[in-house]
This record gives sequence, structure tokens and C-alpha cells, in this order.
Amino acid sequence: MALPKVKADATEARLAGLTLPDTVSDARQSALARVSAMGLPHNRDEYWRFTNPRTLVQPEAPLAEVPAVDGAPLWDDVDRVRIVFVDGVFNAERSDDLKAAGLEIAQLSDALSADISWAKDLYGTLEARGQKPVDRPFAALNTAMATEGVAIRATAKAEKPVNLIYERESQSADPLLHTLIKVDSGAEMTVLETGAGGARFSSVIEVDVGEGGAFHHVRDQGRDHERRVLTHCFAQVAAKATFKSFTLSVNGALTRNECVIDIRGDDAIAHVAGACVGDGKDFHHDDTIFVTHDAVNCESRQVFKKVLRNGATGVFQGKILVKAGAQKTDGYQISQSLMLDDDSQFLAKPELEIYADDVACSHGSTSGAIDETALFYLQSRGVPRKQATDLLTLAFLAESLQEIEDDTLAEALRDRLAGWLERHATV
Amino acid sequence: MLEIKGLKVDLEEEDKSILKGVDLTVEPGKVHAIMGPNGSGKSTLSYVLSGKDGYTVTDGTATLDGVDLLDMDPEERAAAGLFLAFQYPVEIPGVGNMTFLRTAVNAQRKARGQDELSAGDFLKVVREKAKALKIDADMLKRPVNVGFSGGEKKRNEILQMAMLEPKMCILDETDSGLDVDAMKLVADGVNALRSEGRGFLVITHYQRLLDHIKPDVVHIMSDGRIIKSGGPELALEVEHNGYTDIVAEEA
Ligand SMILES: Nc1ncnc2c1ncn2[C@@H]1O[C@H](COP(=O)(O)OP(=O)(O)OP(=O)(O)O)[C@@H](O)[C@H]1O
Ligand SMILES: [Mg+2]
Repeated sequence: MALPKVKADATEARLAGLTLPDTVSDARQSALARVSAMGLPHNRDEYWRFTNPRTLVQPEAPLAEVPAVDGAPLWDDVDRVRIVFVDGVFNAERSDDLKAAGLEIAQLSDALSADISWAKDLYGTLEARGQKPVDRPFAALNTAMATEGVAIRATAKAEKPVNLIYERESQSADPLLHTLIKVDSGAEMTVLETGAGGARFSSVIEVDVGEGGAFHHVRDQGRDHERRVLTHCFAQVAAKATFKSFTLSVNGALTRNECVIDIRGDDAIAHVAGACVGDGKDFHHDDTIFVTHDAVNCESRQVFKKVLRNGATGVFQGKILVKAGAQKTDGYQISQSLMLDDDSQFLAKPELEIYADDVACSHGSTSGAIDETALFYLQSRGVPRKQATDLLTLAFLAESLQEIEDDTLAEALRDRLAGWLERHATV
Repeated sequence: MLEIKGLKVDLEEEDKSILKGVDLTVEPGKVHAIMGPNGSGKSTLSYVLSGKDGYTVTDGTATLDGVDLLDMDPEERAAAGLFLAFQYPVEIPGVGNMTFLRTAVNAQRKARGQDELSAGDFLKVVREKAKALKIDADMLKRPVNVGFSGGEKKRNEILQMAMLEPKMCILDETDSGLDVDAMKLVADGVNALRSEGRGFLVITHYQRLLDHIKPDVVHIMSDGRIIKSGGPELALEVEHNGYTDIVAEEA
């Protein structure tokens, strides 16, 4: 079916400025073909109804101011392998040695040009599969064009987490990063991501969690106001394996975090969670999740919390698909927003699609103001209104942060949130 | 200590008057009890004194040690030494009981220009006071009042009072929902706080609490007014005869 002309033109304009890199050319060629066939989205597309993709489609990234660095980096006291990208380009000087017991780490370009076959096999594979039943053309664009990123394989229980650090220096950087992760059977690893990445940042992560393996992902998307970020995480989860991903987002003109999880082996667990706080009309945050259960006795959780004020917009599109035969599925989905005033909006589209009869799935979506009764109770104990509001706001966010297994990591994020709330005075 | 004069209060949302001229003075070191039929305005009085939204004071004054209460934010009233043990304690999911207590204690210390308590010092005091009220470590860890039984909630109110050491304590039906043993615990908790400088206003429907916490003065509230005041014998009269006679007599 031919694309509508506006779409075809917009897609062509975007592709005009890009040249296909020469590694893994088959994967890139077919990804490019997917982009051309799907076309980049516009806001009349059902999947982009709540988030206008215009600034993501346009050839040039809108400029985004780089905020001054203040304070110590997140998780500074955590022993971790730091891999630093500056405006989307790997920086060896600022990075640690790409070494840790239990892990094999390589730059993406090295992994794809050398004979690292798992990386070549994985590249674009989960992304391509994740195009059904919903188009994700930006992810295919990333597969076609990305040259930066890392390939990490956990062969045992990793000695320490890997921290991908996305620093910014330019107001116009428009990088694409593609990260490949393979957790071998019975292995375990944690990947941390910090920073905004670019003026406009496209990130694709493909994660293959082998039988009995565990993958933990904790991400903080920086505090830049003007940046635009589009991330895709594609995961396949084997039997008895665990996948857990948490994202904290504060500020940002546009954020869309898509997470596509395929549970393919029995007794597996997949949790994806997020907390975001936004202040002002120029804040737009979108979590778009698709969890497919295609195995028996698996558990999935989606826990998303948003704090919105001064005209901020939050979006949640979440789906649980339970395929025929995926009995004993335990699927849970909650998306909630806390509105600190009347001007903000929360748009939610929770969906369940179930083809098995012996399952327990629940979903809920709420949007509400701060609980005045609880606020008065705290005030009557001497807690000032502002402090009481912050305490209740953090309490609201707590359920999502609880999805992070490591308390040290979670505590640092809690501190960031408390700091943000303190700086953004409410009435 | 607490001085209420000609206090008249309407509901903010509806055109309805609840308190129709309340006069009441609680002296330091004294325990005053308020009894009265359901809906007579007892809780409203306690809410208005502690600064809850939704009420309009149309006339009268309320002062604590000569300072105008009605002009202050709820947290300022608390820092000034006022405490209300709620008839219906509020559940706060996501906020640990211990965090809540520490935040409250330190906020009040800060408002009074005192240093915050260290985590260690605080813990020591809480443990000791919680033990006296048979509040276990688990209840301190759980979110404020969430999943607490009725009696546990009331004991938790008294723990807060013990930690905050207010000058003027208002207890709104702290006895309701308590079993006999818990009632004794709560009364002991209150009595332990009784001192020369501290005043109590105890709202209750039952004589039984007043057996444990001996009031100096008993007031009867009806239809937004204090219609009769007397000694402890007034509570006994209510216990035996109900309110009908008193209300008729004072009408
Ligand atoms: N926010 C409100 N909205 C509507 N009516 C109210 C509100 N607050 C109080 N009232 C009404 O004011 C009157 C007094 O209520 P209040 O709770 O003060 O009574 P009380 O003496 O404490 O009763 P009880 O012994 O049952 O606890 C009642 O008729 C009650 O319905
Ligand atoms: Mg009452």
C-alpha cells in the first residue's frame, strides 16, 4: 500500500540527510526498507494521537540548551563501569576500561565489524519483530543508521553495573545510539543509563535475556528542559528469566519511551516502571508499553507514575497481550498521574487483549489531585504545607520506585526527585 | 491557656451554621471534657481550632496563651503547641509512620528555632514511647495508619501526641473503637502527659474514659453551643439519663 504523499515526503526529507553505514548491511538495508514502507509517523496516526511526532520527524533537530553541570554525577559512589558518550559519540578518555568480571563489553562499531556473531545476529532482530502489530518506524530508522552504542554480554553474574553516560556539549546534536545486550543462561547484569543524550536523542536497546538470566535496567534521563528523547527498548525474555526496567524522567520538552517486551519462556518475570515529574506547558512525556505473554505462568507488571503541574502533559499507552495458550499469566498494569494544579493533562490508553482463559490480568488508570485530608493531617502535626505536599508527592511516586531492586540506586533517584520538588514550589 | 469566646462558624460551601456562639476556657494543668449528642458540633470545634479548610468563622475569637489561633496556618498552630487527636485518623499510603513522626517532630523544632533531633536520638525516644503504648516495630514501619485497626489508629494518635509534647491537647473521641485494655493504655498515655503547664480538651460520648482521665470540668454541647458546664458528676448524669433532659432544661 502506497504511503500518503505527506508521509512519504516527510520520510524522504528525513532520510535525505543520512547515509547508510557499511557494517551489517543486510540488517540496515532491511531496516531502511521497513522505514520506507511504514513512513515516519504524523499525529493522525493512532499510535501518535497523544504525542505529536513532528519535531522527531523533521530533518533538523530543534536546538536545545545545554544546562550547566551542578553537583556530583548520579550514582557517583556506586562502583560501576562508566561508558561515556558525548553528544552521542563514544569518548574513550572519559570512559573506564570496558572490562568487568562476568561481562564482555565492546563498542557497537567494533562488535559489528569484528566477528562477534551474537551481536550481529541480534542487531535489528528484536526491533524488526517489535514492528508487529504496531509500527515503530523511528526504531527501524535507528537500526538502519546508528553507528554508536555498545554491545554487552553477561556470561555470569556481573561484578558491577555498566553505566552508559550520555553527556551533552552541543545545542544541536542529533545522535542515534543502538545498544545490544545478551544475558546468557543463568547470568545477571545491571545497566544504568544517565543523561539526556542530545538535543534530539534516539536510543534503541535490544535485550535478549536467556533462560534463568536476570537483566536490570535503571535509567535517569537527565534534567535538561529543551531536549527531545525517543527511546525504544525491545526485550525477549526466556524461561525463568527476569527483566526489570525503570526510568526516571524530570523535565524535557518531549520524551517518548517505548518498551516492547516479549515473554517467550515459561515462569518468566518482566517488570517495566517509570516515574516522571514535569512542570510547565513545554513538558510532554509519553510512556508507550507493549507486553506480550507467549508462555505459561509468567508475571508482568507495568507501574507508571506521573507528577504534572503548570500545564504539563503526560501520556500512557500500555498494552498487555496474552496469546492463546499463555495460561496462568499474571499481568498487572497501573498508570497514575498526580495533578498539582488544574492546568495539566494526563492522557491514558490502557489495553488488555487476552486469548487464554486461565489468567489474572488487571489494569487501572487514575488521575487525581493531592489528597487534601492527608495534607491537613500532616499540617496539623506541624509539617508546613509545601513540605507536606512534597512528602505526599514522593509517596505517590514510591510504588514505581519500589520496582528497582537495588536500594542504593533507588535511594539516589528518590533524592533527585526530592530535590526537584523542592526547587519547583507548589502553592 | 485555650480561650474561646463567642465562636460562630458556618460551613463554607453551604449556608449552614454549625457553631452558634461557643465560650470555653481551658486553664493550664486542667482537663475539660465535652460531651454532647451526635452532630452537635464537637468535631467541628476541634477542626476549626486546628485550622481545617471548609469553615468560615463569622464571629468570636480563639486564642492560645493570648495568641490568635484563627489567623494562623494549621502548621503554625501545631508549632504554637496545639494538638488534635483525630476522631478519624487519616491513612497516608506511601509515607512510613516513622518518617511521618520524625518529619513532624523536626518541623516543629525548626519552627521553634531548635535543632533537629539526630536519627539516633529520635529512634530512642520513639521506641520508648511506642513501647508504652504497645505499638510494635512493624506498626512504626508501615505507612501511616494504613491497615491499622481502629484501636491501633487511636494509639498511634497518642504516640504522636507523646512525641510532639503539645501545650494544648484536644482528643476527639479517642476512646471510640478501643477495647478495655487499649482504653487503659491510651488513658495512661494521656495521664503521663498531664502536667501543670498542659491543658486537655477531651471529647467523648462515654463516662468510661473519664473514669481513667479524670476531668476537672465537663461541658455539654448541643446544637452548636455549650449549654451546661459542671464537675465530673455531669458526665455521670449523661451516662444515666442521656441528653434529653439537659437539652430540654436549658432550651
Ligand atoms: N464539611 C461538612 N459538610 C456538611 N456538613 C457538615 C460538615 N462538617 C460538619 N457538618 C455538619 O455539622 C454538624 C456538626 O458535625 P460534627 O462532626 O461537628 O458533630 P459531632 O458533635 O462531632 O458529632 P459526633 O458525636 O457524631 O462525632 C453535623 O450536622 C454535620 O453533619
Ligand atoms: Mg465528632
